[in-house]
Amino acid sequence: MTRSLRLGDPVFRVLATACGLAVAVAMFGLAGVLVYNSWPAISGLGTSVLTTVAWSPVDHQYGALAALAGTFLSTLLAMVIAVPLALVIALLLVELVHPAVARVVGTAIEMLAAIPSIIFGMVGIFVIVPFIQDKLVPWLLTTPLGGLPGIKPGPQFQGGGVSIFTAGVVLAFMVLPYITAVSRDVLKMVPQVTKEAGYGMGSTTWEVMHKISLRYANSGIVGAVFIGLGRALGETMAVAFLIGSLFTSLPRSLFDPGTSIASLIALTFSEATDKIQVSALIELGLILFLITVVLQIIAQAWLRRVQRSTGGRA
Amino acid sequence: MSTVADVRRAPPRRSVARRKATDLVIKVFAWIGAWFGIAVMAFIVWEVVMRGAGALNVAFFTQPTPQDVTSNAGGFANAIVGTLAITGVAALIAIPMGFLGGVYLAEFGRNGRMATAVRMIANVVMGVPSIIVGVFAFAILVKPLHHYSGFAGSVALAFIMLPVMARTTEDILNLVPNEIRESGLAMGAPRWKVTLGVICKAARGGLITGATLAIVRVAGETAPLLFTALSSPYWMTGLFGPGGFFGGPVANLTKTIYDFSGSPYPHWQELAWGGALVIIIAVLGMNILVRLLFQRGKEW
Amino acid sequence: MKKSARSWRLVLLVAAALAIAALVLAVAGCGGQTADAVAPAVPGDPSLTPVPMSADTILGAGASFPAPLYMKWGSDYNGGAGVKLNYQSIGSGGGISAIEAKTVDFGASDAPLAQAELDANGLAQFPMVVGGVVLVVNLDGVADGQLKLTPDLVAGIYTGKITTWDDPAIAKENAGVKLPSTKINVVHRSDGSGTTWIFTHYLTDAAGSIWAAGADKEIAWPVGVGGKGNEGVAASVQQLSGSIGYVEYAFAKQTGMTTAQLQNKDGQWVKPSIASFNAAAANADWKGSLPSMYMVLVNQPGAETWPITGASFILVQKDQADASRAKTTLTFFDWGYTSGADGATALDYVAIPANVYKLVEKQVWPTITVSGTPVWP
Repeated sequence: MTRSLRLGDPVFRVLATACGLAVAVAMFGLAGVLVYNSWPAISGLGTSVLTTVAWSPVDHQYGALAALAGTFLSTLLAMVIAVPLALVIALLLVELVHPAVARVVGTAIEMLAAIPSIIFGMVGIFVIVPFIQDKLVPWLLTTPLGGLPGIKPGPQFQGGGVSIFTAGVVLAFMVLPYITAVSRDVLKMVPQVTKEAGYGMGSTTWEVMHKISLRYANSGIVGAVFIGLGRALGETMAVAFLIGSLFTSLPRSLFDPGTSIASLIALTFSEATDKIQVSALIELGLILFLITVVLQIIAQAWLRRVQRSTGGRA
Repeated sequence: MSTVADVRRAPPRRSVARRKATDLVIKVFAWIGAWFGIAVMAFIVWEVVMRGAGALNVAFFTQPTPQDVTSNAGGFANAIVGTLAITGVAALIAIPMGFLGGVYLAEFGRNGRMATAVRMIANVVMGVPSIIVGVFAFAILVKPLHHYSGFAGSVALAFIMLPVMARTTEDILNLVPNEIRESGLAMGAPRWKVTLGVICKAARGGLITGATLAIVRVAGETAPLLFTALSSPYWMTGLFGPGGFFGGPVANLTKTIYDFSGSPYPHWQELAWGGALVIIIAVLGMNILVRLLFQRGKEW
Repeated sequence: MKKSARSWRLVLLVAAALAIAALVLAVAGCGGQTADAVAPAVPGDPSLTPVPMSADTILGAGASFPAPLYMKWGSDYNGGAGVKLNYQSIGSGGGISAIEAKTVDFGASDAPLAQAELDANGLAQFPMVVGGVVLVVNLDGVADGQLKLTPDLVAGIYTGKITTWDDPAIAKENAGVKLPSTKINVVHRSDGSGTTWIFTHYLTDAAGSIWAAGADKEIAWPVGVGGKGNEGVAASVQQLSGSIGYVEYAFAKQTGMTTAQLQNKDGQWVKPSIASFNAAAANADWKGSLPSMYMVLVNQPGAETWPITGASFILVQKDQADASRAKTTLTFFDWGYTSGADGATALDYVAIPANVYKLVEKQVWPTITVSGTPVWP
């Protein structure tokens, strides 16, 4: 037995450590490959990638501002829809229903997270797009809302079905389960005693939630929002189906087609012949990677704050 | 500064009514929100079932994907097998490594500096967009070797699965009470025996749930396969060579669905819906199945 | 929970996994049976040696313009010769990119490369098939072939000068056709496209006074939304009423979409058909186009010619690494030239005539070598 003690344990420990480090190595490898391959674009194009609007390889113009604008707008719309919805659903799951019901409802919402992106894209293009372009947009344009800047159709308007709006709406439901799950976990961490103190003083459920739980879990909610944000920014397939493929101008309206960084890469990577073009695309990938890394780090930091403030494991 | 006299004054009745009204409105919104979220999920599943059910016949599961736009023949069989193969190999790579990585985080590294760093990196990698992982796999496995391969697709998927598996394993193992570890070690068993034999046995349900969910999650990914496994209308012809798993493009469900749903032919679109239905059944089915079977798995 | 119940559930899951694995292996084994046998030679093939396994799958990628034909040829050829052609329709830009990266056996592009670029990348280029680009519209109440469009009208629509269907300029040519007052939804290609190359060459040639955006695989489109591939453009036009797009004819015909008549160089109104494509292709001076075989077929003279006709080209690396793979690839093309005409006609493509194939075989294919030795014959 002493023999196996001598060999088995060190070997096991080394193996496990190696596998743990493999995760770190993988990430640094990814970052390294991205930087190496985007170097020609970074040194050759400099900051023009971020300041030029049009992505037009035929003119040797590699501006990603249109893609950044599309990413930003669709993500913003997605968060505006998803965050309030996620918070009220989390409230329901934590405060309003019996734990067994919460389990079922929570699982149903989580099934949304399990649905692959491409299916959101398909349902989007075959069901949601016709609805928006045939029913929603014509109706909207007859109301006063249709004249507001940002909603009023821009010069590139194509019916409004394949547009930033549609991409944003579908994105909202793709990130909803993530924000809901993290918000619920964070709200559950609020000490029961504090909540009971609130109830004991005669507060309504909403007041306990609003004045106690949300204050406590503040950082956690912010963390949840950042997690959802990170997912929305990187979402590729559904957005590629739904946002249109307009690489050359900034969108003037939510109902204009546009593009996003991830869908620009997905749609144009395989035909990039020019070395600079490939490099510029990988540079965009690097930018997206860095943004999601930063968001994740911020999210983790905020989430850890909650754990510390509620006495959980930091 | 409030006095006892202030406190004893009864609160104005309107204010109580308004507070209760606000509370009720929020509760209604919460219920509406929850129902809306569930309705969207049900709607998506419903649409896929309605549009895809008609495509699922014997031909769908036995014939390879069609190439002739003039005929109505063809199925998705080689795409389904391809996805199983690609996902299977990815699991073979990522599950053991991820499991051991999770063991490291939970048992050996715990709160040490290196383990904390690894933990944070794992969380970060989980958020990396899958298209970037696909570009990475293209840059290291397709471009230098001058051929697409199912294996490159597997590597991309494994990259995504690895941190998920590691973190899930860590979370599950952390739920196992320390007493079990201590009693195992107190009996004189070596560390590896205690970890694998005792702790993992106790956490078995959660570990299987975690592994299954990780596999099922990457099975539905499209973006990593766009530039790695590409697609093929044929069956794999073995392991190597231009038709093989390591040597050439391999048909897979998600890329084929992507291609067919973007095509103008009704028959191909219908096949795409059928493929989508297969994915939904597999993904949602496995999700529900493992949660039911192993209820003591990770508390979601 | 009783220990036996837990173990039972685990056994169930493991059994399911094993069953799936067994199924996968069984089916993969079934499907891959030909891997063990050596594929039989093509009947009538001048070389009677069978195809080794390393060369039984050839991978091509590129233009969506000829994709329906290449894929049909692929399934026909597979039935006869046991060689599998895997053609990925990713657009001409993608085909050029792939063959330059050497990740495919051949690339397909409707936008031919100039000799300079061919030399820079060590590529050989030859035409495989000729087809026509048509305008498809999605208009209720307008029948196939009913709508008439002059080059100026097409250019006006694609520059955004004509924005509604009931514009007087369109109505002038279309007396008696019920045109709605809806906005014209313009659809073009979002990817690097040889079809775009052909279409924009037509616009530059036939409506140069209006069209100023140039002629290339990708241009800065003044208006419109992009679709990926001919497939995507066709799908987009199908989806949105009031749309117009340009696609290769097979995509319009096979999906039953409404096409428009065009006025050709001679001023005649023509409907798209294999006869009109043939009339345009007959004007091609292939001999004069050697060695690059660069050819533009738009706006050809003739009463019956279809004004937006174009050839689709194959690109292969001149310096091949694997002799048997190169041989198999060229054997497939040989089959396409000699026996593929029926398949082409069925999908309304014009096959390259035998005398042009002779030119290709004698002038272009000898440049495809393995360590200096020509692969063909």
